[in-house]
Amino acid sequence: MDRREFLKLTAITAIATAGGISALEILRDKELEAHEAHTPDTKPLTAKRWAMVVNIRKFKTEDDYKKVMDACRRAHNVPDFGNPKDEIKWIWTDTFEHSFPGQEHKYMPEDLKHMPFLLLCNHCDNPPCVRVCPTKATFKRKDGIVMMDMHRCIGCRFCMAACPFGARSFNWRDPRPFVKEINPEFPTRTKGVVEKCNFCEERLAVGRMPACVEASKGGLIFGDLEDPNSDVRKVLGSHYTIRRKSELGTGPGVYYIV
Amino acid sequence: MKIYDGGKIFIGIIIFLSVATSPFLFNMGKATAKPDPKLDTPEIQKMKKKQCVEPKEFMRREHMKLLNEWRDSVVREGNMIYIGVGGEVYSMSLQSTCMKCHSNKKKFCDECHKYVAVKPYCWDCHIAPKEN
Amino acid sequence: MLEKALTGSRRYWAWIFVLLAITGIGFIYYLKQFNYGLGITGMGRDVSWGLYIGQFTFLVGVAASGVMVVLPYYLHNYKVFGKITILGEFLAIPAVIMCLLFILVDLGQPMRFMNIFLHPTPNSVLFWDAVVLNVYLLLNILIGWTVLGAEKKGIAPPKWIKPFIYLSIIWAPSIHTVTAFIYAGLPGRHLWLTAIMAARFLASAFSSGPALLIILAMFIRRFTKFDPGKEAIQALGKIVTYFMITNVFFLGLEIFTAFYSQIPGHMHPFQYLYAGIEGKGRLVPMMWTSAILAVFSLILLINPATRKNERTLAMASAAVFISLWIEKGFGLVVGGFIPNPFEKVTEYWPTIPETWITAGVWAIGFLILTVLYKVAVSIREEEIA
Repeated sequence: MDRREFLKLTAITAIATAGGISALEILRDKELEAHEAHTPDTKPLTAKRWAMVVNIRKFKTEDDYKKVMDACRRAHNVPDFGNPKDEIKWIWTDTFEHSFPGQEHKYMPEDLKHMPFLLLCNHCDNPPCVRVCPTKATFKRKDGIVMMDMHRCIGCRFCMAACPFGARSFNWRDPRPFVKEINPEFPTRTKGVVEKCNFCEERLAVGRMPACVEASKGGLIFGDLEDPNSDVRKVLGSHYTIRRKSELGTGPGVYYIV
Repeated sequence: MKIYDGGKIFIGIIIFLSVATSPFLFNMGKATAKPDPKLDTPEIQKMKKKQCVEPKEFMRREHMKLLNEWRDSVVREGNMIYIGVGGEVYSMSLQSTCMKCHSNKKKFCDECHKYVAVKPYCWDCHIAPKEN
Repeated sequence: MLEKALTGSRRYWAWIFVLLAITGIGFIYYLKQFNYGLGITGMGRDVSWGLYIGQFTFLVGVAASGVMVVLPYYLHNYKVFGKITILGEFLAIPAVIMCLLFILVDLGQPMRFMNIFLHPTPNSVLFWDAVVLNVYLLLNILIGWTVLGAEKKGIAPPKWIKPFIYLSIIWAPSIHTVTAFIYAGLPGRHLWLTAIMAARFLASAFSSGPALLIILAMFIRRFTKFDPGKEAIQALGKIVTYFMITNVFFLGLEIFTAFYSQIPGHMHPFQYLYAGIEGKGRLVPMMWTSAILAVFSLILLINPATRKNERTLAMASAAVFISLWIEKGFGLVVGGFIPNPFEKVTEYWPTIPETWITAGVWAIGFLILTVLYKVAVSIREEEIA
């Protein structure tokens, strides 16, 4: 008996004790459940392995970056503390040298050297953050998304030490007063838990693409890595792409066209 | 009969009794009114059959467990669909399902929670509906 | 037996009250941290572990070092240590308690700490660390209390305690090995990603712990009627010497690999710690103090004349303890985060609340140590009388 059934049974017992309900009715309820196909209004987007390609060449103006980052900030109530010590980052930018340490050299094209790169959680195949978490508060879903369960996180920050990409942020203080305009569709966080990009799983669940992808106008390509006909696969098959620190073996799921 | 260290024992007993009864003495005559949660929100009044996701008695007793189940189901299993007693389909969401009907958090949630002195931390993160 | 801790000289009570006062101040600052969040500390997004986890790491070593007196006595029948095994076991108890408290004060959601056991996760080293530390604590309480209780009655310790003692001997290195694995298995933290991390941890533990024991033993001899024995102190001195040499040797190995290979990522943390990067070098004076104290202690320890002289041995022990406290309780943890994954330097320095909370936990540890040592010493004094 799974927990859901258990709950149901408890419910039935509760009704039975409260007012009386015939066994027949219970049966009918069960049938109802089995026959009716319950489809939600919008079909969730699903994949075997979600991944993203960042085509940095499509980001031309400062505004192109800002739109993407603001979309995420609004969608997830990401606070702005105005200081780097407390900073919470889901999607942010840094230069090539800092995004791909060790890959830079003196003679690389000037524009590339100074171009901001969009950085976010890589949703690794073999995520070290998941490996080290002592409570399974961070875990990998079947579709490749590395998720956070903020209800379970004890705030030990082992995952922050383990992540080689600096993709995890800790709530050093209550973030709510620092969220500019609160999006009522998504929770804020409490102090003392770690958070990061969730590939907009809450949007995928209702059939919408990630907020950053939507705002990027083609600069960010999102799709199923295991589907040969998906957009990401087409782009990966036709362009040379690099990943951050792939030598560490974590298997980053975010690719970059430089 | 002589009680050894009688004074100390007596003082000890007085201290113990005053500490042990302090919650009662402190709250004497300050009986809190019985909680009276309200269901009179516009959303609920619109409903033909006034029915929560599970029967009232169950919800009253087990809502916290149900919410925990919902939480784990949505966050950890990625399953957002809940099927109610009568086969109705619900999206498991505190903010957009529960609070859509129960938009009167103060009169619905806080009323009892205050009475029984529990402080659920839901609202540290989840956003409560706007109320006057 | 605890009643022995309730009677004592004026000096004893003054010491107890000083510790209680520090604990109290620490606790008030902890309440502040509890309300505001860990942002009250010097930690931040880039250096996300600091003084608390450093102290935890250092103290696991002190806790494990009790085995250095227990093992020779029980496995090699080295009678000289008979009198001080209890000091080793009773040092391990407050050390482990401090470890657990430092983890607790470092948690962002301390009320949820039971999640570690409610959702046990065998792939997490932190889960195993919580398990081994708690077991080690229970083992030491059980062994110390049973053996001392028997001694008080003037009888031999019961036979059933023996297996627990042997278990604790195996358990001690395991707690520090597991603690080293917290660091040694993380990709992308070059300072920590080293196969000899556990070996380094054990070497530093088995030098800093016995060094503290030497100081404590001398203190007890001076202020009580109980004499742990000159020979025992000298034997501890030799243990400290060999492990301190090993410790410095291991550090040398790390530096060789980093700088001969010339791999930038491996050199950076050492450069930051001992020279500073981009003009940022807040830890440099501390790290050099640690290095100089290490050399100074080795000169005193290796030279037989200064090792045998108790005055210089005490100085050497203090130097070892402080040197390793800086190296492990500060440099190792903070250095692992600098530079950050983006090869940028963000510095860390503990804040006043953080320092007081740390002092408060140390005060709790010393309080427990004082009470336990008071009990042990009082029982010994009774035997003498």
